[in-house]
Amino acid sequence: MSTTTTRGVAQPAPAKASPARPRRGLRGNATVNFWLFTGPFLIGLVIFVFVPIFWSIWLSFFDARYTVTPSKFVGFDNYTQILTNSEFPDSLLTFTVFAAFIVPTTWALSLGLALLVNRLRFMRAFFRSVFFLPTAVSYVAAALIWKMSIFSGVRFGLMNTVLGWFGVDNIAYLANPSPPWYWLVIVTLRLWIQAGFYMILFLAALQNIPAELYEAAAIDGAKPGWQTFRYITLPQLRATSTAVILLLLIAAYQAFDEFFNIIGQKATWAQTPLMELYKTALGTSQDYGAGSAGAVILSLLICLVTLIQGKFMGFGRGEDSK
Amino acid sequence: MTTTTPPAGKQRDKGRGVFGNTGLYIAVGVAAVLFLIPFYLIFRNALSTDLEITGENWKVLPSFQWGNISELFNDPTVEFGRSMVNSLVVAVSTTAGTLLVCSLAGYGLARIPYRHANKVFYAVLATLMVPTAVTFVPSFVLVSSLGWVDTYRGLIIPGLFSGFTCFLFRQYFLGFPKELEEAARVDGLGYWGAYWRIVVPNSLNFFAAIATITFISAWNSFLWPLVIGQDPSSWTVQIALSSFMTNQTVNFHLIFMATAISILPLVFVFLFLQRWLVQGIAQTGIKG
Repeated sequence: MSTTTTRGVAQPAPAKASPARPRRGLRGNATVNFWLFTGPFLIGLVIFVFVPIFWSIWLSFFDARYTVTPSKFVGFDNYTQILTNSEFPDSLLTFTVFAAFIVPTTWALSLGLALLVNRLRFMRAFFRSVFFLPTAVSYVAAALIWKMSIFSGVRFGLMNTVLGWFGVDNIAYLANPSPPWYWLVIVTLRLWIQAGFYMILFLAALQNIPAELYEAAAIDGAKPGWQTFRYITLPQLRATSTAVILLLLIAAYQAFDEFFNIIGQKATWAQTPLMELYKTALGTSQDYGAGSAGAVILSLLICLVTLIQGKFMGFGRGEDSK
Repeated sequence: MTTTTPPAGKQRDKGRGVFGNTGLYIAVGVAAVLFLIPFYLIFRNALSTDLEITGENWKVLPSFQWGNISELFNDPTVEFGRSMVNSLVVAVSTTAGTLLVCSLAGYGLARIPYRHANKVFYAVLATLMVPTAVTFVPSFVLVSSLGWVDTYRGLIIPGLFSGFTCFLFRQYFLGFPKELEEAARVDGLGYWGAYWRIVVPNSLNFFAAIATITFISAWNSFLWPLVIGQDPSSWTVQIALSSFMTNQTVNFHLIFMATAISILPLVFVFLFLQRWLVQGIAQTGIKG
């Protein structure tokens, strides 16, 4: 790799170059090969990722109802419309609260499970599988079980059956927003599906912590338990924690599947930002302009939250690989 | 200071559990039961009659109505069999296509010395910043203007170009031992030959892990198939399930049977490929 000679283009004498020939041939082909390998992906990326993104930004400045080839430029009207005249800002606010709640709880639960499983000596693989298995279940399937079996508002629902043993009346979990029992439904569902996946990440990180650190701490008189956890385990998990929180934040703002299926579009509460965009762009009004404006706002918001989080916790990955 | 340095092993044993080994197993056991309850409910209800699901005398075990399976597939009001086939086609093609396209690109970015490779890589990284779910409006607009609504093409092709998967492959190939490839090149293989004959056969574990992850997310994806699938004949299994929830005429036992059948393939994939999956996820560079 260190032999980029100055004569690059010039043809060397063929006889002399025989030992270097294969390598020089490869180098000459590098550009062609690079595009052969990455070309198909890049073409697809441009068509199906870059084009939609720029089309969306472009559409957001036009009056685009029922049409995707608009002609009337409206400046920031779509932005003011979706920010003042719709449920979209409310849903952004609600989901900031949702993220502020679900991110730390999932982080804590998955870390807790990882710590427990990591200590097991027998049946470790079994318990790991049990906690990991829900990752295989779709949000739609889980929504179905949660809505129709566990938190069914009627008597045969699991929660109401169990509460009935203690003399508690049936609770209609999903029927109305006050009190907001539906949060219990959504949060438990998300915890169940997500915790196992992040537990695996924490398990991998836990196993990478050198045992010497714990030994050194023991020599210095650190009590096992909270102290070693606070001063060794937690700092050593920093990079993983950053990544996990980042992924959880993005996932929280992109919530759609289970809300769509459990709460539904007709309800006036717990409409996620994506559900609002879905209704705006693909609902009866087919307002692609306002929908695109909302999509741009949501993307910017997610980027902003990501950057702030990265600023506070440091981007643990991506940087060190260069 | 230096008086007692107990064997590290013993110290760590004391560190095992604020409440000892029994307490540890009780805690894990309780958590495990809670995590398994939803699975139990799906399969119990799937094999029950409606009365057993909603009735007064709730029993732990159902009466094992295996006939529910054929009833579901023969129900003329839902195209459940069709939606399973659709999901299978979409998930398999998405997985195969993603592996091919993203692994080649990841290899090119990681290993082929091209002057502007880093610039290209940053363009790929930039796409990770834009949340995929947010682009569904413009993507729908694009796909519908191509006339791909209600088609396999529309369901599959836009999902193949995952910046994230490409990124994972690049990270993986950066760590792939160079010596193997250099030996191959001395033997006269080009990049293409080295890739197919040396790199891929030695990376099957990683490919298997990415394949599993891609398959699961393709099988479980909801928003895009919902946007694209307007005619019931193009519904994937997730959309079919979702339609059951709003459709009051379908019976409870059929809904749960459909749910059970929709998750069964993945549960098997999980149980059998678990070792790869766990390794793969642990190895995907997220560990920092």
